[in-house]
Amino acid sequence: MIKAILIFNNHGKPRLIRFYQYFAEDMQQQIIRETFHLVSKRDDNVCNFLEGGSLIGGSDYKLIYRHYATLYFVFCVDSSESELGILDLIQVFVETLDKCFENVCELDLIFHMDKVHYILQEVVMGGMVLETNMNEIIAQVEVQNRLEKSESLPFILH
Amino acid sequence: MALKIVKGSIDRMFDKNLQDLVRGIRNHKEDEAKYISTCIDEIKQELKQDNIAVKANAVCKLTYLQMLGYDVSWAAFNIVEVMSSSKFTYKRIGYLAASQCFHESTDVIMLTTNQIRKDLSSPNQYDTGVALTGLSCFVTPDLARDLANDIMTLMSHTKPYIRKKAVLIMYKVFLKYPESLRPAFPRLKEKLEDPDPGVQSAAVNVICELARRNPKNYLSLAPLFFKLMTSSTNNWVLIKIIKLFGALTPLEPRLGKKLIEPLTNLIHSTSAMSLLYECVNTVIAVLISLSSGMPNHSASIQLCVQKLRILIEDSDQNLKYLGLLAMSKILKTHPKSVQSHKDLILQCLDDKDESIRLRALDLLYGMVSKKNLMEIVKKLMLHVDKAEGTTYRDELLTKIIDICSQSNYQYITNFEWYISILVELTRLEGTRHGHLIASQMLDVAIRVKAIRVFAVAQMATLLDNAHMLTGNTQRNGICEVLYAAAWICGEFSEHLENPMETLEAMLRPKVATLPGHIQAVYVQNAAKLFATVLKSQEGNTDSTTAQEASQLMIDRLPLFVQSANLEVQERASCILQLVKYIQKLQQKDVEVSEEVCALFAGELNPVAPKAQKKVPIPDGLDLDAWINEPPSESESEDEQPKAIFSKEEPKHSRPRHTEVDEKELARRREARKQEQANNPFYIKASPSSQKVYQETPGVEHIPVVQIDLSVPLKVPGLPMSDQYVKLEEERRQKERAEKKKKDKKKRKEKRSGRGKKHDSGPESEEDITPAHMVDIVTEEMPENALPSDDDERDPADPHKALDIDLDKPLADSEKLPVRSHRAAEVLKSPAEDEEGENVSSLEPKKKSSKEKREKKKDKDKDRKKSKEEKKKKKHKHEEKEEADLLCGQADEPAFQSEETNEVVTPPTSTSADVSDLDFWLSNAPVPSNTQEAATVAAAEAAPAPGAISVTTPDSEPEEPKDTEMEETKSSKHKKKKQKREKEDKEKKKKKKHHHHHHHHGDKGGEESVQNGTVEEEEPLPPMSNYCLLAENSYIKVAYDIQGNLQDGSQVVVSVIFENKCDSFLKSMEFNVLDSLNSKLQRPEGSGPHDSLTIPFQLPPGVSNEARFVFTVQSIIMPQKLKGTLTFIVKNEESSTHEKLDFKLHFTCTSYLITTPCYSDAFAKLLESGDLKSSSIRLEGVNMPFHHLLARICFHHHFSVVERIDSCASMYSRSIQGHHVCLLVKISSQTVSVDAKCDEPTLLGNVLDEIKQTFSQC
Repeated sequence: MIKAILIFNNHGKPRLIRFYQYFAEDMQQQIIRETFHLVSKRDDNVCNFLEGGSLIGGSDYKLIYRHYATLYFVFCVDSSESELGILDLIQVFVETLDKCFENVCELDLIFHMDKVHYILQEVVMGGMVLETNMNEIIAQVEVQNRLEKSESLPFILH
Repeated sequence: MALKIVKGSIDRMFDKNLQDLVRGIRNHKEDEAKYISTCIDEIKQELKQDNIAVKANAVCKLTYLQMLGYDVSWAAFNIVEVMSSSKFTYKRIGYLAASQCFHESTDVIMLTTNQIRKDLSSPNQYDTGVALTGLSCFVTPDLARDLANDIMTLMSHTKPYIRKKAVLIMYKVFLKYPESLRPAFPRLKEKLEDPDPGVQSAAVNVICELARRNPKNYLSLAPLFFKLMTSSTNNWVLIKIIKLFGALTPLEPRLGKKLIEPLTNLIHSTSAMSLLYECVNTVIAVLISLSSGMPNHSASIQLCVQKLRILIEDSDQNLKYLGLLAMSKILKTHPKSVQSHKDLILQCLDDKDESIRLRALDLLYGMVSKKNLMEIVKKLMLHVDKAEGTTYRDELLTKIIDICSQSNYQYITNFEWYISILVELTRLEGTRHGHLIASQMLDVAIRVKAIRVFAVAQMATLLDNAHMLTGNTQRNGICEVLYAAAWICGEFSEHLENPMETLEAMLRPKVATLPGHIQAVYVQNAAKLFATVLKSQEGNTDSTTAQEASQLMIDRLPLFVQSANLEVQERASCILQLVKYIQKLQQKDVEVSEEVCALFAGELNPVAPKAQKKVPIPDGLDLDAWINEPPSESESEDEQPKAIFSKEEPKHSRPRHTEVDEKELARRREARKQEQANNPFYIKASPSSQKVYQETPGVEHIPVVQIDLSVPLKVPGLPMSDQYVKLEEERRQKERAEKKKKDKKKRKEKRSGRGKKHDSGPESEEDITPAHMVDIVTEEMPENALPSDDDERDPADPHKALDIDLDKPLADSEKLPVRSHRAAEVLKSPAEDEEGENVSSLEPKKKSSKEKREKKKDKDKDRKKSKEEKKKKKHKHEEKEEADLLCGQADEPAFQSEETNEVVTPPTSTSADVSDLDFWLSNAPVPSNTQEAATVAAAEAAPAPGAISVTTPDSEPEEPKDTEMEETKSSKHKKKKQKREKEDKEKKKKKKHHHHHHHHGDKGGEESVQNGTVEEEEPLPPMSNYCLLAENSYIKVAYDIQGNLQDGSQVVVSVIFENKCDSFLKSMEFNVLDSLNSKLQRPEGSGPHDSLTIPFQLPPGVSNEARFVFTVQSIIMPQKLKGTLTFIVKNEESSTHEKLDFKLHFTCTSYLITTPCYSDAFAKLLESGDLKSSSIRLEGVNMPFHHLLARICFHHHFSVVERIDSCASMYSRSIQGHHVCLLVKISSQTVSVDAKCDEPTLLGNVLDEIKQTFSQC
């Protein structure tokens, strides 16, 4: 199970947060801060796994993260997930973002948090991996975007 | 309408959208909070508007603000509004917001049930998808219960996109509503073989999550997973399955044996590191589960270790980390194989990456031996000095202590060294683990008697240098160590070289700055020291030292008497008075030391931490039973105990006050010694410290254990512990030299190759003897301690509730409490189908020779079955064609087609395997060409259903000649199975008549009667409560009414609309003429006569369901409401507006809710006398009694309380809380129903309705 997915930038500003277990807002912010603190002090050439977030998880949970340019993508997962699998999943997610936003950068995530959520929803659902095939993810996202577009034309009743 | 929309979008142009909000926040970096609060005000204004577009925009912005940490739960209701928008765009925004901020205690969640249900059954798959995604984040137990059935239906949706989401969300449903697991499991299992890889992956995912927590319930799926493992090429699925096997193997070692080969093959063949790693992990799990002594598996372990070494040596830090992680698992059972890689692991300790260092530390724990412990700890101590952040340093500290103290200090050969390591650790600044060090010091000093002298000396030094430690008085800081130091110095004060000095150190004014609990220990142990000083001075003609000691106590203790800490204060004032008294006696030259020492006499034994828990309850002791008459409640509470006290007090007080004279004391001591001698848990030490107390006065007589202290304790430049390392080395060398001498002698006598080992190889473990024999006192345990090491599960663990046996056949009672009666029926069918499938799955289709045996086993059943199968297949086949037409529509038809599919789909070979795990496991080892076998199976699965029965071999040799043990075992199984199958077959017979359309449901009833026997197991005819509401040439409308559990004034009417014509039906509107008593609930803002738009359209031949909520006031009378349905019939040429009138009949039954009732509560209810009674008689009822009961339960919402022979009591409750009790008796076709209810009118009507039900059949 994935317990949380956090995306924040090099300064710890959240760009997307997705908790699959309830935490109150202030607790969520605390978790983001703690996670940022843990992750940010690590060099880029060390491993991508991290134990010991005290606020979220416990001994069974791990932080698995990747650092892309200005953004950290952090997944908090328990032992039922394959560590390398989750790393691949982060890669798939980021590549999907890249395809959907055409050369994704932090600004895309800042201004289109909702869209990033919709893409994420096609990858992970309720803390479980839903789809890992990038083409399938993109296809579903695009169909839904088209559906949204068709609804935004108020004069064409359908 | 159009104008409104235009106006809305113009409004929106002036509103801030999400991008504007973000931009604004970025432009107001200085006063962000202020800017956001104005934005929130704007959002509040926007939420007040009617326009849904504006609202959705506002909610979208709130979602963003939620991310920034703002609580937006105040807008929960608006979020629900946006969720219920008919437009996908807005719905999606609403669900996203809900998934981000709803949780179990969000109260508006209750309002969403119907909306979500509607979305789940929406014809637009993305509406359904969005609802499922949202629900997965905020599902509550109530939602799970109410929607479990709808979601289960979606698991068989025509679109794989919906199927996979529905499958995944079931896991959440199970967690919140464990009762749903058993009814839903068969279908979930079926999805493991879904044609769509995404759905299959989802099902594997869910079952793996379930099995991880309760593996034993999923063992029977092993064959199925095994097949998936050997046939799947999806690495995600493979990883999950392999992980699952890792959880299953500990329960079934035979499974492990079967797995080794394919896993080894995968390890060799795969290029994916993630897969390789999981394979290695599971092989390790298998090897752990297989007990040692499997010589041919040493190759596997070598393979694993070798692969892991490659990972650890890889330049990729991730692989290095995982390699170490897996290595630590091997370590537990095969430490030897890992120890050979010690170099590599020690190297990792120097890695720049903290995660890797931590993993390497873990490994060290298992790699130490008597030989290398000191060396490893020395290395760690160096790291402690170098470590930067405190977390890593603290981790190192705990690891050092862990490593040294593991398995009862097994690897420590020199405790002086260990004590000095502990003392060195106290020099760490800012560590959080002072407490840990302290407890180690205490433990060692108490349990290793020989070390006490040394420990006391060290502790005295610590106390003397206390100012070095008290610098930081952080909580849990290093000053905790002083607690241990003071206690050790006090308790074992007889070993102190200079007790007077230590006493002085313990009473320094600076001590008053220590935390209270430490001061308390100081004070108490100062008294012990004082006693020792007095004793040492006894017999000494010069009593100045003793008097000095008393004076010191009297001078310094008042400081502690003033302490704010109660414990300190109390101890200090007690001891102060005592010392004052002693001083007086001293001045009179009275010998007091004996009495003072007696205060602290007695040995303290270490008690195992779990000892208290393990005390067995003596026979005949019932802790819950009253030992006297329970006090009557009427008596006032405080009087009684007082009375007891005053009576008992004189008895108690006397012995307490009597002086314990010396004789008595000695007698007791003697008794205790006797007891200790008989106590197997107490390890007797030769020179008991207690003896020292009594028999040898004076310090000079204390026996001091000789330590080879050739080097002074403090040598500049070297840390203390290093000297012990050196000393130990020397000692060992000496020992070795001696041994060699002996060996030489031996070898002269006996020339064997054995001697070589001693010569060339390094000394082995056993050769190292501890520096001096140490008694490690084992921790005391109570006699007859229970050996069980019960690692209790966290009671809050939600998975505990999911520990459910899934192999038991589904009982009728296990239906999901869903408000729809259609649901109840739906539920039963998959369960029955599942059982049916189990039967049909035995159909032999495997040709491979090794499976032949199983085929033989099954053949007799198959022969009987094949005919029946053929018939049934034909029947179902017809249905399938019909169902195919309906595919791709709403969930209703989708469900039907699925159900047919279920039977038509030729059961693939694995499901046959599932039926007998034992047999599968006892099979010959798997051939390497399983892949091939799987494809053959798949190819066989392909032919049309009709053909299958042809391939079924009808003639086969009789009984298999089983000589093997396993065979006899499985034949036992077989008998059981056959029995079950007979029952199943009977069910099947009935099922032939099972029609999937609710309206025809009642037909099967008569057939089941012909069976004659009234068996509990006998299947019930399918029933449906849906009755026809209205019908014309275009549409058929059926309905059912159920009470609402939550609200006593609401009923829900489920209406199924079925399109009968070739045209498209759209713009359906539903309206009812309200009466005074009953009103249709309309959305806010609509008038009392407005009709409700039905949220779907009906393509030709499709049916769908809508639900309407009515509020009712009185429920005691049945009622009819007139209504109309209008709709547009649209075909290619034209469209016409049509109208259909109907009458909704609200029966009294529909206000009843099936409520379970226990027989004692039922009896109480009847006794209460509040109920009015009434009765009816039904003549000429010829159906089995249990059918009759089932009908009453089903159609009239009763539950059976108790049933004895042909008599049963039943219970139900109305939505307004009326109790309805029935006593039903049957004798030769006459049924009498005696009924009681607190509302006679309601009862009369209900009885009339029951009568009606039975007159119809």
